[in-house]
Amino acid sequence: MGGEREITLRVNGRELSGVAEPRMTLADFLRDVLGLTGTHLGCEHGVCGACTILLDGRSVRSCLMFAVQAEGHELVTVEGLEGPDGTLSPAQEAFSANHALQCGFCTPGFLMAVTEYLAEGAPDVDDEEALRARLSGNICRCTGYQNIVKAVRAAAADVRGGAA
Amino acid sequence: MSSTGPVGQATHPYAPVRDPDEPEVVPPRHVGRPLRRTEDQRLITGRARHVGDLRVPGMVHAAILRSTFPHAELTRIDTSGALAMDGVLAVVTAAELEGKMGPFLEAARTEISTLLKEKVRPTLKSCPMPVLAQGRVFWIGQPVAAVVARDRYVAEDALERIEVEYEPLPVVAGPEAALEPDAPVLHPELGDNVQTTFTVSVGDPDGVFASAPRMLRARLSMGRIAANAMETRGVLAAYDAGRGELTVWDANARPHLVRTFVSEMLGMPADAIRVIGPDMGGSFGTGMFPEDVLIPFLARELGVPVKWLEDRRENLANTRHARDQLHDVEAAFDDEGRVLAIRDRFLVDAGAYNAYAITVSYNSAAHLRNQFGIDHYRVESLSVLTNKAPVTPVRGAGRPEVTFVMDRLVGLIAAELGLDPIEVRRRNLIRPEQMPYAMGMPYRDGVDIVYDRADFPDQLEKALELFGAEAFRREQEEARARDRRIGLGVSSYVEGSGYGPHEGAVVRIDTTGHVTVHTGARPHGQGLETTLAQICADQLGVRPEDVTVRGGDTATIAHGIGTFASRSAVTAGSAVGIAAQRLRRKVLAVAGEVLETDPADLELVEGRVAARGTPERSVALAEVAHAAQPGPRAKLPEGMEPGLEVTHYYVPPTVTFASGTHVVGVEVDEETGFVKLLRYVTVDECGQMLNPMIVEGQIHGGVAHGVGNALFEEVAYDAEGQLLTGTYMDYLMPTAAEVPPIAVGHQVFPSELNPFGIKGCGEGGAVSPPAAIANAIVDALAPLPVRIDRVPLSPERLLRLIVEAKASAGAA
Amino acid sequence: MKPAPFDYAAPRTLEEAVALLAEHGDEAKVIAGGQSLVPLLAFRLAAPGLLVDLNRVPELAGLRLEGDTLVAGAITRHRDVESLPGLTERCAMLADGVSVIGHVAIRNRGTVGGSVAHADPAAEWPSLLLALDGEVEARGPAGTRTIAAADLFETYFTTTLRPDEILTQVRLRLPNGRVGSAYLELARRHGDFAIAGAGALLRLDGGGRIDDARVVLIGVADRAVRSNAAEGVLRGAEPGPEAFAEAAEAIDGEIDPVSDLHGSAEYRRIVATVLVRRALARALERVRREA
Repeated sequence: MGGEREITLRVNGRELSGVAEPRMTLADFLRDVLGLTGTHLGCEHGVCGACTILLDGRSVRSCLMFAVQAEGHELVTVEGLEGPDGTLSPAQEAFSANHALQCGFCTPGFLMAVTEYLAEGAPDVDDEEALRARLSGNICRCTGYQNIVKAVRAAAADVRGGAA
Repeated sequence: MSSTGPVGQATHPYAPVRDPDEPEVVPPRHVGRPLRRTEDQRLITGRARHVGDLRVPGMVHAAILRSTFPHAELTRIDTSGALAMDGVLAVVTAAELEGKMGPFLEAARTEISTLLKEKVRPTLKSCPMPVLAQGRVFWIGQPVAAVVARDRYVAEDALERIEVEYEPLPVVAGPEAALEPDAPVLHPELGDNVQTTFTVSVGDPDGVFASAPRMLRARLSMGRIAANAMETRGVLAAYDAGRGELTVWDANARPHLVRTFVSEMLGMPADAIRVIGPDMGGSFGTGMFPEDVLIPFLARELGVPVKWLEDRRENLANTRHARDQLHDVEAAFDDEGRVLAIRDRFLVDAGAYNAYAITVSYNSAAHLRNQFGIDHYRVESLSVLTNKAPVTPVRGAGRPEVTFVMDRLVGLIAAELGLDPIEVRRRNLIRPEQMPYAMGMPYRDGVDIVYDRADFPDQLEKALELFGAEAFRREQEEARARDRRIGLGVSSYVEGSGYGPHEGAVVRIDTTGHVTVHTGARPHGQGLETTLAQICADQLGVRPEDVTVRGGDTATIAHGIGTFASRSAVTAGSAVGIAAQRLRRKVLAVAGEVLETDPADLELVEGRVAARGTPERSVALAEVAHAAQPGPRAKLPEGMEPGLEVTHYYVPPTVTFASGTHVVGVEVDEETGFVKLLRYVTVDECGQMLNPMIVEGQIHGGVAHGVGNALFEEVAYDAEGQLLTGTYMDYLMPTAAEVPPIAVGHQVFPSELNPFGIKGCGEGGAVSPPAAIANAIVDALAPLPVRIDRVPLSPERLLRLIVEAKASAGAA
Repeated sequence: MKPAPFDYAAPRTLEEAVALLAEHGDEAKVIAGGQSLVPLLAFRLAAPGLLVDLNRVPELAGLRLEGDTLVAGAITRHRDVESLPGLTERCAMLADGVSVIGHVAIRNRGTVGGSVAHADPAAEWPSLLLALDGEVEARGPAGTRTIAAADLFETYFTTTLRPDEILTQVRLRLPNGRVGSAYLELARRHGDFAIAGAGALLRLDGGGRIDDARVVLIGVADRAVRSNAAEGVLRGAEPGPEAFAEAAEAIDGEIDPVSDLHGSAEYRRIVATVLVRRALARALERVRREA
């Protein structure tokens, strides 16, 4: 029950397999076994949010799950945000256009959390306090969050405009 | 909002004399524009390559066993259990390094200028850190042993099998305890726990104190913080035994220094070592570490590539701490609130080793007088060793501590005189007509401080206007009537930036006409790949998208210093700009051969060389590059070396002085001590901005860092030296909910010290927030006389101060 | 920070899960959301031999409102409770309390059953159970039993669940009538563990006096507290600042906070009182608004 086993995950629309022990976190499996290094480790205890991915459309901290737990679910990582032709998602585009990243280490986690938020219809996007509370699950040391807030608003407007 | 105005009339004494042979500076065209960053593409698509993402065939993983005692004898280490585990390749302690590795170099060797040593004569005691603990441990987190195993999971399993016996020794828990006559001495060879001291004196402070109308004394302090870049440290090293060559990928801001350390400590020629800085998730200072050399050593010893990634638990304990200063300060002043003299004695709790000697403490001494014209000053500094992790320069590097001291003094003086603290500031600011202003003491590079052009009074007014101070005052009165406590606080700073000794750039045009810049600067979020391309584009005559900038690879440029201390825009920017100018001249000379035209009649615009007035006589850069190739068909003017490449190392005459004024509005919940930051405004002056969007981003990030410093972040040790803040649940990084909206205004006074007018801006944002927030809290609670003498300020601490103030006001 | 090795089982039925616990005893640990457990494993503060993953047991899923009773299977995610349409209107205290559990990513994964069984004295769910006539269902080798909230929480991180029992369902009764409620917390940062927290619920009678009151607190003892003393002050009283202040003072004998890095016992005592007062005021506002 504890040895290595083959684990197959659906990530970014593809079936990917690798071998790992049950104790290997989902974050480590994505990064070191599947080579999807876009998801980052900032703390490994579920506080900083750098490891955030989408599991069945919901944001989760991949450092707080084990790879074996993710079988049978639909995973999306930062590598899965862009279109097949490389078109940036609204969140990605907005982050770059609004200088919402500097070193970029926390950015994948933010992008996944924001992607979920946009899919929910960006509730309370104009309420400064509510939006900042929503974003407080991801820590950034570089940007001071000012441009991240701006980028999320821009992305929300972009999505609304596109949907209209 | 920005303003450029005629200020300061005399030319700066250090302004370099323009060499008439040097090409003219091309006025900014791409510089100054908020260009979107080229580095973004890989960062937003998950294609960045940090040390943790790199894979080398055969790679194995290291983990470090760290001391769990603050001060103890290491009486026994038994690694046999770990070694016996399946998947473990090696376990090393200090014993295995004996004779194979030199002592860890002290950064102070290179950090303190000879000129400063001559002028100030600091006492410095050498005390090199061992790479792995030898005989004793001195701080929680100190490396004791290293395991190398097939993966990190197994390596951590092996750590648990290493048996270590610690014999606890009495703990030196703080700097005052360290100075007690019967305090245990951490390193007996030093005699006591004072590792460095210096005193600087300007004017006649004692004389002025003796005759001054008023005086006050205060004890002010700033707690300890941790740098906390979002990426923890990491090193990957691979050794080619056949050639005797090491390749090291390091998340370190100073790759050339890493190479120096590895070279000297492992006894290898520098050129046999390549240090590469891959993508890096922030740095914020920090410096050199045992692992930077230990991991390359292990790779060489074991003959397999070794990767080590620090985890956050190690990082919080160990990498590195900062601030932690205690000031006993006196101010002499008159009835108008003009500060006549300052005397300060401060202790730095340096932790168990102080490799950076006086880098931070001297910065403190040099910046304490801030934007104020105080001509009589004495500062005495002691860096004291304790059983805590070593401190290093971290964003602000000594300036936040003294900005807090000075700005709180202003508040205390104002309170004593019944004046508005903002008015007291006005009365003390150096006026623009007084610029350039000599401060009467050397900067850390040994050159006497002379402030650049600036207009501090205008900066203050602009900041207040941008904040809406008048409207806020009305709001404050109304709020008071409804028992809501809101207040505003001001702080200003001056920042010496663009520290030397040099930085270099290689600018090269290849045969496709593409321009590549290699620099010793090592970007980790500052956008140098974009901003240096902007300056190169302007000075060379190409488009920014035609320029690729790469930094931090010792194989691409012989000498480099690195990115820290708000230096790269100034130093690498100037190096790139000057190299680009010279390269343009070369391009035109070769193009002149190609077009058979006098180069003086040619111009290089957007990547094409054309004759002025007859644009049809033109040639593409690619063709010029071909023509410049060595060989019999090269079209080169007499005496010119082939190739379109220029290398330039820029040596700044001294630092430039950027400045800023911050205003913050806060709301205080009197019943709980909770502080809400309503909004934050800065007006910053950092010379010619290469990219205003990036400058503002730096300010935003600095402010957030300062907010953490003021209200949330503290590395806490208990009286027995145990670390209390070992996780992110306990060490509190501010999130988007705690950092207020930030608006940035600008003043622009191009520096006279470099051809492009650039000043550094990376740290300024982090310098003023603790002072501004403390001042705002005092303002919010007025007339209740709350004394804020220390940051960080937790809600509980503030509530206690409020209760104390109420008690004393009641008693009065 | 990698966990120590463990064996792993993902049973598909509750029976299987119970059998695994019975077989492996102390060595087995259940995992549901993992938001509290996995950090402990990462720091190697816990190193169970077998992790029994409950996430694939369908009997533990399901969330529904049966009349006034909210029935939540143990592996119901906090986020699913939070997202129930009309929850704020139906029971603001519950909506408020669940929405301050960590951050969205935590709530997407963390479970109601997990939080209740973990019994962190600063966690919201145990106090919500105390306030809302909560009870849980537990299954062990001997069968199923129901435990009332008042009998469930023993001390720090300890419930009266037996080591071989699995918490399977949580039930709350949402009050009816002229009700207003609120849940307030003080935390250093948004989403952090509460330094202290208070939940308050008021039901007014036809004459506007307090007919029923619930006052619960977290972070002030070794477990969540329901303040009978405060409730006693409130029942029958005229709602308003005076009654609320008196109720807030009354909690004093029922709380026993400890000091830690984020707050001393004294501080927690002070702010707990403030929070009770404010929660009651907010609860009253909400009653008035609906009226």
